[in-house]
Amino acid sequence: MASKKIDLRYFPGFLPLTYLCLFLLYAPLIIVLVYSFNDSVSITKWGGLSLRWYSDVFFGPEAPKFQTAAFNSLTIAVIAATVSTTIATLAATAMIRAGNFKGRSFGFVLINLPIMVPEIVTAVATLIFFSAIGFTTGYLTILIAHIVFCIPFAYLPIAARMQSIDNTYEQAALDLYATKFEAFKLVLLPLMAPGILSGFLLAFIISLDDFIITNFVKGAGIETLPTAIFGSVKRGIQPNIMAISTLLLLVSVVFVTLSYLVGRAGEKSK
Amino acid sequence: MAGAITNNSKSNSGIYAGSAHVLMLPSWLIIGFFLLIPVLLMLVYSFLTKEFRGGVIWEFSLDAYDQFFFYRGLFGDEPPVFEWTYVGIFWRSIWQAGAATIFCLIIGFPTAWFIAMRRGANKSVWLFLITIPYWVNLLIRTISMKFLIRDNGPLNEWLLWMGAINEPIHMINTNFAVQLGLFYSYLPFMVLPIYASVERYNFALSEAAADLYASHWETLRLIILPAVKPGIIAGCILVFVPSLGAFLAPDLLGGAKTFMIGSLIEEQFKGNAGNWPFGAAASMILLSMVLAMLTYYARQQSKEVS
Repeated sequence: MASKKIDLRYFPGFLPLTYLCLFLLYAPLIIVLVYSFNDSVSITKWGGLSLRWYSDVFFGPEAPKFQTAAFNSLTIAVIAATVSTTIATLAATAMIRAGNFKGRSFGFVLINLPIMVPEIVTAVATLIFFSAIGFTTGYLTILIAHIVFCIPFAYLPIAARMQSIDNTYEQAALDLYATKFEAFKLVLLPLMAPGILSGFLLAFIISLDDFIITNFVKGAGIETLPTAIFGSVKRGIQPNIMAISTLLLLVSVVFVTLSYLVGRAGEKSK
Repeated sequence: MAGAITNNSKSNSGIYAGSAHVLMLPSWLIIGFFLLIPVLLMLVYSFLTKEFRGGVIWEFSLDAYDQFFFYRGLFGDEPPVFEWTYVGIFWRSIWQAGAATIFCLIIGFPTAWFIAMRRGANKSVWLFLITIPYWVNLLIRTISMKFLIRDNGPLNEWLLWMGAINEPIHMINTNFAVQLGLFYSYLPFMVLPIYASVERYNFALSEAAADLYASHWETLRLIILPAVKPGIIAGCILVFVPSLGAFLAPDLLGGAKTFMIGSLIEEQFKGNAGNWPFGAAASMILLSMVLAMLTYYARQQSKEVS
């Protein structure tokens, strides 16, 4: 039987579906990007290229609102990412470099708890908690909630990196009379730098991204960028939302690309 | 969520063994105090009496759960009748999340397969392309989708211009729009674990099947699919679980007819309903469903390993 040799790795239809997948993922984003440059008051009609909605975002009537919201979002994301990355680095050191200790499995469950509990449930639980202890909702409650759910996202790349670094370097340092703290600070931490940076960047994006939990714990009178945008969109999509969305979209893409490149550089440097 | 479920770290040494608890302390304190205790408190709240306009009265009550399942008349004095409203919302959420999961699987599996068949550096570029949209703000992705599929949005205009349709297709505020939104939110969660499984697949099996006169599609169905099943199950759970409690997609893309669990819960705290114990009870029911699924998944995973 002289049948032609078929490629076992190839299935007809898989390639078009892959392109469909890419199309579905990118089409909405590209459309918003294109329409953010639309010189028209209506979001539907195309009125030629213009930067008017970007200027509206920075200088228009809603500019102060969005600037305050952006300031809140950025400062919360920086602080939450810094704190959660620090906590995650310490936890990863214990989980991966401290052998088997009492409470290790519980610690593992606890660190991953924020990604196992559905966001809306975390939001409800946090709101109830702050209300029960009489804590006024505002900037601080948003910050605390963000630190909590950023920990597992910072932890994942940090733990992965630490697992891939052999502990012989630290052993060598200890043999040369370094204290454990010195081995940690002078040997492990520098080797961990790409993983820690990766974790920080992911935590930063996750914090910047959050809507549901922030919406529950923010209280009246304070907005982050997502809650401000959501409030605006509830009254209908305006063209300036397209511009803000595009800016935020670019921030995310830049940060993820950085995180990816840092991670890859880290892989190569090993 | 990927990779978070299984604990496969082999700690070969204990350099910092003496300091383990000190190192763990900050994460225990922060997550314990600001998530674990709040969840337990939420459980308590679900058994309390509601105060009008939000908050609770510290008095034990089963009202929240009772209201979830039964209707007792306008004044609560009639014999209980099974109430479909809230169970129906949960049922619809399961259905919507299920449909989104199936869409993700249909598109995600071929994509994961295609990427796994690329060589070297191409692979990581493709994976990167698939993951980028996930990191873009979920709210913005949902708004983009809403903008795209509106009655007079770009998609309809384009189809009209092409002559493919004569009048705009109404998509916004339908079940389909919500499914599309959920699909769009969580598609990378389907691709990544399936990709990881296909990566490990041993092609000698396909060759053996072909030698034994299995057709191309029989090989896929009888050999490949069972071999990559763990990845498929992982992908389905990673899409289904967040879809179930999603808020943005149903809220922005759906209407009153597509009300899902997330909106029901939100309404108890942010909206007009203002029934905290009921919101806490609905959250507890959602959380139990999710934890049951994750536990089942973790069991399956540990079976695979052993």
